[in-house]
Amino acid sequence: MQFPAFTCIHPRPTPAVDRMTLLQVRDLVKHYTPGGLFRAAGPPVRAVDGVSLDVNRGETVALVGESGCGKSSVGRTILRLQEPTRGAAMFDGIDIFSLDRRELRRLRRRMQIIFQDPYSSLNPRMSVGSAVAEGIEIHRLATGAEVGRRVASLLEEVGLDPGYARRYPHEFSGGQRQRIGIARALAVEPAFIVCDEPVSALDVSVQAQVLNLLADLQRDRGLAYLFIAHDLAVVRQIAQRVAVMYLGRIVEQGATEQLLSEPRHPYTVALLSAVPEPDPARSRSRSRIVLRGDLPSPSNPPPGCPFHTRCFHPLRNERCRMEVPVLRPVGRTMAACHYAESTPGVREVGGV
Amino acid sequence: MTRVLEVEELRISFPAERGGRFLAVDGVSFTLDRGETLAIVGESGCGKSITSLALLRLVPPPGRIESGSVIRLGDTDVLALEGESLRRIRGRRVGMIFQDPMTSLNPVFTVGNQIAEGIRAHFKVSKAEARDRSLHLLQEVGIPDPSTRIDSYPHQLSGGMRQRVMIAMALAAEPEILVADEPTTALDVTVQAQILEVLDRLRESHGMAVLLITHDLGIVAGRADRVAVMYAGQIVEEAPTARLFSAPSHPYTQGLFASVPRITGPVRRLTPIRGSVPAPTAWPSGCRFRPRCPQAFDKSETMPPLLPVGLEHRMRCWLAEGAGGAMGAGGQ
Repeated sequence: MQFPAFTCIHPRPTPAVDRMTLLQVRDLVKHYTPGGLFRAAGPPVRAVDGVSLDVNRGETVALVGESGCGKSSVGRTILRLQEPTRGAAMFDGIDIFSLDRRELRRLRRRMQIIFQDPYSSLNPRMSVGSAVAEGIEIHRLATGAEVGRRVASLLEEVGLDPGYARRYPHEFSGGQRQRIGIARALAVEPAFIVCDEPVSALDVSVQAQVLNLLADLQRDRGLAYLFIAHDLAVVRQIAQRVAVMYLGRIVEQGATEQLLSEPRHPYTVALLSAVPEPDPARSRSRSRIVLRGDLPSPSNPPPGCPFHTRCFHPLRNERCRMEVPVLRPVGRTMAACHYAESTPGVREVGGV
Repeated sequence: MTRVLEVEELRISFPAERGGRFLAVDGVSFTLDRGETLAIVGESGCGKSITSLALLRLVPPPGRIESGSVIRLGDTDVLALEGESLRRIRGRRVGMIFQDPMTSLNPVFTVGNQIAEGIRAHFKVSKAEARDRSLHLLQEVGIPDPSTRIDSYPHQLSGGMRQRVMIAMALAAEPEILVADEPTTALDVTVQAQILEVLDRLRESHGMAVLLITHDLGIVAGRADRVAVMYAGQIVEEAPTARLFSAPSHPYTQGLFASVPRITGPVRRLTPIRGSVPAPTAWPSGCRFRPRCPQAFDKSETMPPLLPVGLEHRMRCWLAEGAGGAMGAGGQ
């Protein structure tokens, strides 16, 4: 994989070596080819269709979108839990997609992942202590009694009783399991964690506990997160920057407050307007944009702008059906819409 | 106001692992008037879903509605019904929609057949007439191109479309009450907005009473007339919606509000409720929120009843006694 092409692919010129940038992803493409014993091979599912993003050290970047938009595939491909179809990814100067097995294992010490359902990623027959110790042992970060001491201190750090090390995953609630998943990820002292919908399955009271824990760990350990989520209110709570995905592409990205207060892509406007607000006065006064129709199939995405089939922009026209809009600076964010300059805001749109 | 539903002292038990039975719902009472929307809000395991199933005696065995419970649909004593008369109120008097429509739709019949079957179960109409009504219902719930979709099978539809079909089926018998149990939890947020819009519209046009069961305070706001908050098998606070949101009084309700990230206003560190929801087999004595409550005091060791904190506003907390006057005065 060649990297000099970076500066010209990237919409903003980026210095080749940036000490702030931890992860650079460029033009990432992941297509799945369906088929198998009982099914004829169909058109590929274009889960990720040219995604570029940066994550700085110690920063949280949120990747937001609805199911099937490709956000989880981005996270998994960056960690090479899935192989990319095309594209490039650099982590702290290391070309992720060119690594062999042994090098990849070394990299995983620095890049970890936590999942929505930690139960499915924990071995039910392995005690919590062994699960957390596994990474420490694989990477030979400690030996003998020191392993146990580290496990105890990790459990404490994520707010669990160190005595839980002897227990098994089924004995814990969803929130506690998520803490175990976090302790397990932290065990290898990573600099970067992909958080794949880590609080989506949790009750609100527990969700708040886990969000606070992730924020504390970031502050104490200087961690960077790629936070994959569908809930914009959660994203606002935790992320400094946001990228909104639709049908495998980033349609808008920017600093969280700017993107949420002055969205420029109609899809971001629709997403924002659909967030249920726990405030009766505001939710009555606010105009709501209800999108027409369903998400098109990622195996047969519409030509031109991927959002044009559901778009409510007053200027939408033939050009949107023909020409794929590129991500470009508009206002205070970057948006991939031909008419982003005149996108109506959340509060300006009437019933559509 | 016509009262369409009255639930009194509802208690639902399940067998415990070590013998005996435990209560999953413990003394829940509420009413529903014609055209009114009541939201029951709570986290997983609070008993809200099983409460809604009890309305039509759909509590799965070995669960059991305990004696002393009362469920009245208008003049009908639901708990005294048997066989055919019980079957007749299901769907006809109370329609239900659930979180996952796929589990309630039959995969081998077209959606048109399933809606028509529901119509013919309750009304004496010809097959052609039932199909016409089905088509009309699909149109009403906003299915695009209904004359084609009527012959689709459930798996050919998206999650949002399936939920629309479920709503059409629930409406087929023209029930006076619609129970919506987490109707949009499994859906993406833009699809959720579509479904909520359909429900709001139909409630208006059909004058149905709606019992909305949800964990999401956001979808309650601006939709429900009244809210009941459940914790550990009991209603812990009930109030008109505007009042509950402006003056949440039970420490659990306050904790829920402090836990929810907001899309507007300043971003502050969240204040979570400590600990986690206890299992129904491990409810503490006295006030069930006591071990997690930042304001628990001596008296919390005795179970509080629902005490008034304002007009039509009650909570299950002894704090209502001391601060009751002040809080009531602030209200109305």
